[in-house]
Amino acid sequence: MIATLPLTFLLPLAGTLILAFFGARLGARGSAGVGVSSVALAALATALLAHAYLAAPEAQTLTLWRWIAVGDFQPTIGLRLDGLSLTLLGVITGVGLLIHWFAAWYMHGEEGVTRFYAYMNLFVASMVLLVLGDNLLLLFLGWEGVGLCSYLLIGHYYRTAANVRAAFKAFLVTRIGDAFLAIGLFLLFRELGTLDIAELLRRAPERWAAGDPGVELAALLLLGGALGKSAQLPLHTWLADAMAGPTPVSALIHAATMVTAGVYLVARLHGVFLLAPGVLWLTGAIGALTLLAAGCAALAQTDIKRVLAYSTMSQIGYMFLALGVAGFEAAIFHLMTHAFFKALLFLAAGSVIVSCHHEQDLRRLGGLWRRLPLAYAGFLVGGAALAALPLVTAGFYSKDAILWQAFAAGHGELLLAGLLGSLLTALYTLRLIVGIFHGAAGSDGARRAESGKGLAHGLPLVSLMLLSTVLGAWIEPPLAGVLPAPQHGPAGWHLALEVLAGSVALLGIALGAWLFLYRRAWLAERVAQGRGARLWRLWHHGWGFDAAYEGLLVRPYRGLVSGLRGDAIDALGQRPARLAGWLHGALSRTQGGKLRFYAVSMVIGATLILLVMVAAA
Amino acid sequence: MNGVPMAHGLVLAAVLFALGLAGLMFRRNMVFMLLSLEVMLNAAGLAFIVAGTAWGQAEGQAMFLLVITLAAAEASVGLALLNQLYRRFKTLDIDTASGMRG
Amino acid sequence: MELAFYLSGLVAVLATLRVITSTNPIHALLYLIVSLLAVAMVFFVLGAPFAGALEIILYAGAIMVLFVFVVMMLNLNAAVTAQERAWLVPRTWAGPSALAALLLVVLLAMLWHGDLGRVIEGETLTAKAVGRVLFGPWLVVVELVAMLLLAALVTASHVGRSVSRDADSGRDGT
Repeated sequence: MIATLPLTFLLPLAGTLILAFFGARLGARGSAGVGVSSVALAALATALLAHAYLAAPEAQTLTLWRWIAVGDFQPTIGLRLDGLSLTLLGVITGVGLLIHWFAAWYMHGEEGVTRFYAYMNLFVASMVLLVLGDNLLLLFLGWEGVGLCSYLLIGHYYRTAANVRAAFKAFLVTRIGDAFLAIGLFLLFRELGTLDIAELLRRAPERWAAGDPGVELAALLLLGGALGKSAQLPLHTWLADAMAGPTPVSALIHAATMVTAGVYLVARLHGVFLLAPGVLWLTGAIGALTLLAAGCAALAQTDIKRVLAYSTMSQIGYMFLALGVAGFEAAIFHLMTHAFFKALLFLAAGSVIVSCHHEQDLRRLGGLWRRLPLAYAGFLVGGAALAALPLVTAGFYSKDAILWQAFAAGHGELLLAGLLGSLLTALYTLRLIVGIFHGAAGSDGARRAESGKGLAHGLPLVSLMLLSTVLGAWIEPPLAGVLPAPQHGPAGWHLALEVLAGSVALLGIALGAWLFLYRRAWLAERVAQGRGARLWRLWHHGWGFDAAYEGLLVRPYRGLVSGLRGDAIDALGQRPARLAGWLHGALSRTQGGKLRFYAVSMVIGATLILLVMVAAA
Repeated sequence: MNGVPMAHGLVLAAVLFALGLAGLMFRRNMVFMLLSLEVMLNAAGLAFIVAGTAWGQAEGQAMFLLVITLAAAEASVGLALLNQLYRRFKTLDIDTASGMRG
Repeated sequence: MELAFYLSGLVAVLATLRVITSTNPIHALLYLIVSLLAVAMVFFVLGAPFAGALEIILYAGAIMVLFVFVVMMLNLNAAVTAQERAWLVPRTWAGPSALAALLLVVLLAMLWHGDLGRVIEGETLTAKAVGRVLFGPWLVVVELVAMLLLAALVTASHVGRSVSRDADSGRDGT
């Protein structure tokens, strides 16, 4: 059974290659067919693996071949199948399949369908490699692979300069995190002499005592990588701009899978993080901060997709909060349910955007609930899960698990942040849904909206809707044995916390409904002037991080670079280049194209050489 | 005197070679350039024969056979090029085909 | 025998001189054939009858006939001869000829330095001896030569094909 494991990434890779080499011949429809079916086959392989694994849950490693051999450094191409990688694998191929399928509807008639599917398949292959790699080097390969695909897909509509800039920004900011991660890997290898994950987790406690500065530094560097990839403070600025890509890309890469890679990384290396309580606390604190900051920013966005992007940051903040209180299982559980409902929200948003002729500004939409019933249903179910509507949604159970872990670990401040965050979540969710589907339509595009039709449009939405309800929460990730067991807090308090969390969510929803349905005019007045306007501007620009980075880092660096442009060392370096250029010019003049000239020069050369030989004889 | 000194044979080869070379350099007509090339190849073959017979070795003649083969190959390709040149430029002036300059 | 060598050598040099100075291509070709026949005579004198036969059959026979065919196909007329005469002024040939003469002097100087006191007796090396060399130790070389001929055949048939009208006009337009 384990032999089918490589298929999960080889099939999408084969899809990429087919599309790359024969894409022009396949056409748009054929490309979509290849792109969807390769992921479908990978999902099938995953289902078979899951079936076998659940019957006999035993972690297995499949070593394909040795990758590099330099002295003691001998990383393999080895795949590890255990509860954690299986969970992630299921999310990637399962949700990935639904999104690929939906994209067949979404991308219909767009330019570059072949390119789109080639990159999407490559992304799935890289992401699968990331979660299956049994050593950190292979994980890093997948890590960079998904980064590359993210860059390529954000810049899919590359004819617009802003999209290219967004892709570049995403690449650059995540690269900062990746540099941290790479240095962290070097440090781990130097200290522990291996990059094999199982071996690493065994050696770490032997090498380091808890709280040792060495392990704290290593964990900090790994956390840096995770922060960049998962768009957490302070490396979060790229995600909102990344919405320039096609909506299925946002759903797959920037909501369901890639951005949660950081969570996976921390959970996978939990042994290292548990030895570094300081960094673990920092993880939770950053998660909580991101959760609140992104939640506020989401309240003041006017673009549907940017609301969802900030919401994604905020939800990943929840996961980091869970990691910070050593609730690894809760984090992975939330990762899974979040993949379901956030993919649903993005796909529903994509449906709305296409239906409204590429209108995605909240102020220009409205009153669509009658015209787009399926998208409305999708938003309602996904929004309910996002806002953690008690008992009936998947989001409620996963968020509750996180809050319970925070409580059980005795982190009152993180618990409070989580509760406050769920209030914010409910508010911006309500604002989003009301803004799109209620009130009056603000543009011609919205008034002429036509609902999407066909299986490729409907089935992914309905499937994800089912997964976002309590049905999704019934999928229990088989994480026992891979991750440390969850803490058990004081008995009896769990129910009380559930009631508290549920009522906060309900309060948020009620408050949101009251504010956005009945007090709209009052609200608009408040944000139009005075302190409200300033707050709106601050939140609308995501707390001004972009401007701060521009002023603190980008501009001084540019100034430095332009100042260093003509310095002495550079001038010295220019001299050989200029000499070479001059020689080149002189020599190219001899290439006059006159055959007889060449013959004469050859004869002169031969005569000279013979003369030297005669003189020497 | 019995027999030809080897040096005389080689001098003959050198003179023929120099003549061919001069022709190659100062003719502009491609037909004449190809003829000059043939002269030079032939001179080289002569040098091989002279050396081979001087030492009483058959390798000289075997090498001459290779030179002839080379000449045949060169002539066929050169004449094909000549044909193209004439067809494209309506002249045999080699200087017209000077478009490939650095 | 020595007389035959020097006489045919003289004929070869004179004929070659006419080859490179002639203004009519056909005349030049005929002079070249004379030159080749003279060189073949030199071969016979030196005791290489096989090479001499090849010189006549292949060089003077096959290759030169190929040249004659091509020159005939080009249909050159009196204008070409006039053109050649116009090109063949001392200003054009003086420099290259001096250079070639210099090279010749250098070559002769090398011969002078070399240990070349050997005398060719004119003992005959038959085709049998040549064949033994060629199809014994030199077999691989013969194979390589066969490849060369094949390559030349392919190249000649590719380069010599008549181009289509469009490609032709595209090139002529420049």
